[in-house]
Amino acid sequence: MWKTLKRWYHQLGSPRYFYRFCEAVLPWLIPVSLALLTLGLIWGLVYAPVERYQGDSYRIIYIHVPASSGALMGYIAMGVAGLVALVWRMKMAEVMLKALAPFGAALAAVSLLTGALWGKPTWGTYWQWDARMTSMLILLFLYLGIMALQSAIRDPRQAARAAALLAVVGVINVVIVKYSVEWLNTLHQGATLKVVGESSIDASMKWPLLISMIGLWLLYAANVLMRARTEVLSRERRSGWVRRLVRDEEA
Amino acid sequence: MSAPTLGAVWRASLRRELTLIWRSPADIVQPLFFFVVVVSLFPLALSPKPALLALVAPGAVWVAALLAVMLSLDGLFRRDQESGALDLLLTAPVVSVVPVAAKLLAHWLLTGLPLALIAPLLGYMLQLPVAVLDTLMVSVLLGTPTLTVVGAIGAALTVGLNRGGILLAVLVLPLYVPVLVFGAGVVRTALDGLPTGGLLAVLGAILALAVSLGPVAVALGLRISAGD
Repeated sequence: MWKTLKRWYHQLGSPRYFYRFCEAVLPWLIPVSLALLTLGLIWGLVYAPVERYQGDSYRIIYIHVPASSGALMGYIAMGVAGLVALVWRMKMAEVMLKALAPFGAALAAVSLLTGALWGKPTWGTYWQWDARMTSMLILLFLYLGIMALQSAIRDPRQAARAAALLAVVGVINVVIVKYSVEWLNTLHQGATLKVVGESSIDASMKWPLLISMIGLWLLYAANVLMRARTEVLSRERRSGWVRRLVRDEEA
Repeated sequence: MSAPTLGAVWRASLRRELTLIWRSPADIVQPLFFFVVVVSLFPLALSPKPALLALVAPGAVWVAALLAVMLSLDGLFRRDQESGALDLLLTAPVVSVVPVAAKLLAHWLLTGLPLALIAPLLGYMLQLPVAVLDTLMVSVLLGTPTLTVVGAIGAALTVGLNRGGILLAVLVLPLYVPVLVFGAGVVRTALDGLPTGGLLAVLGAILALAVSLGPVAVALGLRISAGD
């Protein structure tokens, strides 16, 4: 098991192998993610039962929770990729770091927007400086900061390494921000889905949520692979295998 | 030629940095002046009512201190880069963390420390009760070194770029949030008459984290900017 993982790590570290991996995975990853997302959203938005206290307005959970979890996981993934890029100077980690940012930033924005729309009927306000909302706003700022830094530095490798350092510092920061705002009174409801222990949500509402969540994560993964594939081609444009690839396409 | 000991490097770097800052007094005076001016804008913008001012004072003083530190950091490495001293620092046969740490300490001693010393006066101007002024000073004292170190990471990453200023703010301000929340929070807690020890300890813990790992990150950032 460990050996297989290690071989995978080294193989995916090679741009050429990574490109082939993308070509093999993307044709089914995109349709599967879209299908899951459609299924989960239609099930959740149309067929799931009405919630007793919040009525139909709770249904935004099927967009809000997947987007929030995606934004958070994307940033953590950026931190991990950043650490790998800084410590082992792995080129593909730099590529992944860059590819992770735009979709993650969009998800953070979606999370804030749907949260505001959900907050109005439930709490009576669009915005409140509550711990989780503030953390998500800071997360969006961090995403935008990383994208700004990347676009400001011309050399792609230097830009990626600078962003890697910022991402690692940012991950530490997100953790402290979360605790720093928690001593303010929190308005937000606790986590509904729990990996360990009983979830506080009925199965009829949980399944569409899980499906749309996995669907969105896979869509994020597909987006990252597509961006990374383009970046790999652009970085390796002078190498033999890319030239051969272009020649074969033209022929 | 044998490499100098770390202690000798530390002493020489610290002396160099302190001398450099000391010889351009504008670098010490301007952040202080900025701090005072920004804080005096609040009574003019809000209203001179003492009750209202005391309520916003912790936040106002903290935001102004934070901006003063951040703006003072923009030029932290630029002069060394223009003169070529930065390249020498990075290629010297010693760990670059040591001179970088000396630079940060010197910068804090001549900008962060004066800000902390003058903070009680500004708090008093904003009608903070005298009883919480010591908490305000201790919180700024514990918070500004973290601001210096974290901001220096941003300054190191943007040193070679032309549009440093605003980019630095975009990178660094989100990273300043925890210090701001705890720093202003401590003063508000003191204002409510509650014990502040716990929150000050948290500020100290963040400071310990920043001081121990920060210089390494700053040195790495400088290497990245130098194209390594």
